[in-house]
Amino acid sequence: MTIIETTNLTKTFDGFTAVDHIQFSVKKGEIFGFLGPNGAGKTTTIKMLTTLLYPSEGSATIAGFDILKQRANVRENIGIVFQEPALDTELTGRENLDFHARMYGLTQETRKKRITEVLTLVDLLGKKDIVVKHYSGGMKRRLEIARGLMHSPTVLFLDEPTLGLDAQTRRAIWEYIKQLNKEENTTIFLTTHYMDEADFLCDRIGIIDQGKILVIDTVDTLKKSVGHDVITIACSDSGQLQQRLEQEPWVNNITPHETFLTVGVQRGEEKIPTIFEIARTIPVSISSIDVRKPTLDDVFLYYTGRSMREQNPETSQSQATRPAGFHWRRRP
Amino acid sequence: MNQKDLQAVYMLWLRQMKRFFRAKSRVLSTILQPLFFLFILGFGFNIAVFPGMQGPYINFLAPGLIAMTILLSSMFTGVSVLWDRQSGFLQEVLVAPVSRLSIVIGRTVGGATVALFQGFIIMFIALAMGVPIVNLQGLLLTILIMVLLSFTAVGFGLILASKMRDFEGFQSIMSLILMPLMFLSSAFYPVNESLPGWLQILSYGNPLFYMIDGIRGSLTGVNNVLHPLVDLGIILVLCIVIMGLGTYFFNKSEV
Repeated sequence: MTIIETTNLTKTFDGFTAVDHIQFSVKKGEIFGFLGPNGAGKTTTIKMLTTLLYPSEGSATIAGFDILKQRANVRENIGIVFQEPALDTELTGRENLDFHARMYGLTQETRKKRITEVLTLVDLLGKKDIVVKHYSGGMKRRLEIARGLMHSPTVLFLDEPTLGLDAQTRRAIWEYIKQLNKEENTTIFLTTHYMDEADFLCDRIGIIDQGKILVIDTVDTLKKSVGHDVITIACSDSGQLQQRLEQEPWVNNITPHETFLTVGVQRGEEKIPTIFEIARTIPVSISSIDVRKPTLDDVFLYYTGRSMREQNPETSQSQATRPAGFHWRRRP
Repeated sequence: MNQKDLQAVYMLWLRQMKRFFRAKSRVLSTILQPLFFLFILGFGFNIAVFPGMQGPYINFLAPGLIAMTILLSSMFTGVSVLWDRQSGFLQEVLVAPVSRLSIVIGRTVGGATVALFQGFIIMFIALAMGVPIVNLQGLLLTILIMVLLSFTAVGFGLILASKMRDFEGFQSIMSLILMPLMFLSSAFYPVNESLPGWLQILSYGNPLFYMIDGIRGSLTGVNNVLHPLVDLGIILVLCIVIMGLGTYFFNKSEV
């Protein structure tokens, strides 16, 4: 059963196209992720799907309801955790949830039950009567996730759910997301620019860049499309080496970067001697070489020709590929 | 308006009550400020003689201060949509499955309650200081005008908030719009033939003038220019127009 379905969804702001005719669908019960750099159009897409912005063109349905014509029905079926905090910091945690529950028309009985349930899920039951301005960043995020779940939505939108949080809190929030997806069978649509987050959480991923979806598939299939292994080579003349390697039949793909090459191959460790062999005949001297399993960063690179890390120097918390320090050691 | 929308109105009202009464400093300052005006101006100008004014100056001043208190507080509520937008909370309200109209009504009723609470405090203090009430009907009419004034001011605040994106604008609005509005409203001195003609014209063009004139006419029964019921008619039309515009602009604004 399809929960989200878009057709040519487009948003332009003063001539700038933030979201460009995107088309995708999300199935019931899955965790679907939009992976892309800042400014790729992720948040704009979420705002259109949650009826906060009007699309310039195209449309979408959520749980069978049209986002333009059946806005109230759409709103009843969605929960959303915004990228920026959207809590009333002058109210307590419980009051924020109660406000939400009443806005969604829950009965008093359901309200009480759900508040305890969702607060237990995010470990905030003991802090429910504290005014939110005294909460830490992680606690606020958890409270927002709990709030998004209050009315048991068909689909929960999470816009960069762990942005700016420390590693420990991120882990915990990932666990909550997994858990609620399993226990409440909530369909989840999330956006992120963290590779590890998309990798850990998502069943399927759409890679989005400059308002366009470049590819949608399962994480495994995406990684395999890059090659079973990725060899990273730093050498004296990467241009020449690339030209030469492109002729080899066992090279799935090859991508040049400023100071190194990445080569997608099968059985990478067996190809290293061959590469040295080839390099010696050119001759090009190899300064470092590394074999590893492909990461989503490789996938992103493959489809966009750019590394996400290059565009987000300030958000390098991602534990994705780190081409700078190569090792002979093979990483799992 | 169905059950759900009514509950949303109630919830938005409740939120404002909680926020207001938790912000102790705001409660205090909104009461103290007009109180200073009432005491200092009231006693300071008591010896001054204004042509055509009947009774002591404080009887003249009190209706103006009641209106001013309500105006400031209500406008603040309208403009505070900006705060909600900045803090992101507005998004939470806008994605809820309730009509935009109920959101506007909830905020208006909440803002009006706070403003009337403050207005009544000033009124009671003024009455305690010896400002006379003309009769019961007058008092009821005064309360009606106070409610309408507060709705109008919230609507005006909503219009401003939809046109502004940040708080810097708020400061300049306060001095550019509020100050002339207050000084030209007959709150502090009577508007009559003894004033220069241009000043009279500006005063009669000022919506706040009719609100204060109406309260003055209905509460104290002296020093008013128009009959309070004429004022009420003008205020009613103003209120409907401004609230309509406020709702329209709020509906149109995206997050």
